[in-house]
Amino acid sequence: MAQTMTLIGGRSSKQGTSLCAGKLGAEYIDLTSTVEMNVEDMARLGLHKDSRVRLRTPVGEAIVRCKGRETKDLPPGILFMAYGPLSSELMGGDTAASGMPISKNLDVEVEAVPDEGAS
Amino acid sequence: MGDEIKTVRDATCTFCGCVCDDMVLTVDVQNKRITKAENACILGKAWFREHAIEERPFALIGGREATTEEGVEEAAQILARARFPIIYGLSDTTCEAQRVAVAIGDMIGGTVDTTTSVCHGPTGIAFQAGGESTASLGEIKNRADLVIFWGGNPAEAHPRLFTRYAVTPKGMHIPNGKKDRTIVLVDVRRTPSTPVADIFIQVKPRSDFEVLWALRALVKGRKVDPSVEQRTGVSLAVLEDLVARMKSCRYGAFLFGMGLTMNRGRHFNSGALLALATDLNEFTHFVAKPVRGHGNVTGADNVVSWQTGFPFGVNFSRGYPRFNPGEFTTVDTLTRGDADAAMIIASDPASNFPKAAIEHLKRIPVITLDPKATHTTQLARVAFTTATYGINVPGTVYRMDDVPITLRPAFDSPYPSDEEVLTAIRDRVRELLGGNRLPVGTRPAPAVATS
Repeated sequence: MAQTMTLIGGRSSKQGTSLCAGKLGAEYIDLTSTVEMNVEDMARLGLHKDSRVRLRTPVGEAIVRCKGRETKDLPPGILFMAYGPLSSELMGGDTAASGMPISKNLDVEVEAVPDEGAS
Repeated sequence: MGDEIKTVRDATCTFCGCVCDDMVLTVDVQNKRITKAENACILGKAWFREHAIEERPFALIGGREATTEEGVEEAAQILARARFPIIYGLSDTTCEAQRVAVAIGDMIGGTVDTTTSVCHGPTGIAFQAGGESTASLGEIKNRADLVIFWGGNPAEAHPRLFTRYAVTPKGMHIPNGKKDRTIVLVDVRRTPSTPVADIFIQVKPRSDFEVLWALRALVKGRKVDPSVEQRTGVSLAVLEDLVARMKSCRYGAFLFGMGLTMNRGRHFNSGALLALATDLNEFTHFVAKPVRGHGNVTGADNVVSWQTGFPFGVNFSRGYPRFNPGEFTTVDTLTRGDADAAMIIASDPASNFPKAAIEHLKRIPVITLDPKATHTTQLARVAFTTATYGINVPGTVYRMDDVPITLRPAFDSPYPSDEEVLTAIRDRVRELLGGNRLPVGTRPAPAVATS
């Protein structure tokens, strides 16, 4: 069953170094296809490191792999994801007449996706 | 490694807005690559290491290899035909190239916008409402005994902001470096920046405005209800302690990031922080600076401002510049489907814009100028390969504190600079249009008969 969490988009130093090598490279694509999640939330959803999850907003959805973070580093209910093509799938185009779309603190529905090949 | 090695001293890194100009580069001249970048942070080292010369076509037109000249002709035809063309990006190129891009926007009656609109654009809006208590990074290094980072993660995005300017360096009035400073970090989550802070204040998501407004009230001596903690996650005692520190410091500085601008509240958040800095000047000296991402995004603000009077989101369709965020900013012109052509310079909106905006980019002719292949170059009708500013191209960039810095390139590139390509496009568009395009609904002034 899907749970609603708060997604924070942002930058990371690994993303910064990998984009210098090229945004079409495997490392950049991998980094921008991973969401960080509180370990307690992951346990409650039956997720493990690299489990696939579907993130959904009213405008779109993306399937990403998850990585655990301890509660002291990432509170329950909060997700972090480096900006990239998949985070774009979740962003609405409304800027409230400011020019700026909202990319931090998005409400997203999170649900586990069975691994391919799993019965 | 080749036989000819040269050293470039005082070179400038243009990866981020710190624009560190104390690089010592070791250059393998024969193989056209930088083998060592002394003083660079992890991001700068990657920037210099990964910008060797790549074997790419000078231009691609509809996926077919072409010369730069053929690309210029195609790009000029697209821009001259378009009725609502947009020019976007510009934060990773020189001021000299930015200036030509604005001239093209003026000539074609188009819209010029920069990555500022999805970065600190809301802060630019807030500046217009309430002003800015500003400072150079040198002043902060030499004077600030209280530095408050709000909504940012410099350890990962601007590593040398800590070590060169705002946390550890010793300054004229800060002789013991970090020992003489109090560092506060305000964020919604712990990040690699958090251990640097003496005080970490974790706010609930979407609560920055409320925290800032409560701080303003406390600075002015008003009472704040303890229930503020339920709303923001920050206790009244923590807020009162911070206010006491802010009012009693000798020189305070806010350095704030996109945790404020990309969040609910946008320019109201930036405006609240700028207003708090203004309030604090009743008691001490306090400044507030936005921490800028790309190497010359601050230059883009400056160039577009001095050429048009406005910092971003500028439209020329009536023959004079108009500024209206939400109408002329790129996410909006794409999401609404207004733009019928786009020229994107040194930026990759197809990898970070909202989905609806990217979908529209796929429907219109797009021209790109970029040293690397990106998601945006992949969807472009015309994709130019250009030289990398700072590494191959000389010119001027602006540090995040509006200080202009001259670039010292390390080696030549076979590819043209952005400025060279844009100048050729401008000249060809001028030929095609016979000068500036007249606004829709206007006619040339009739010749006046003289008697």
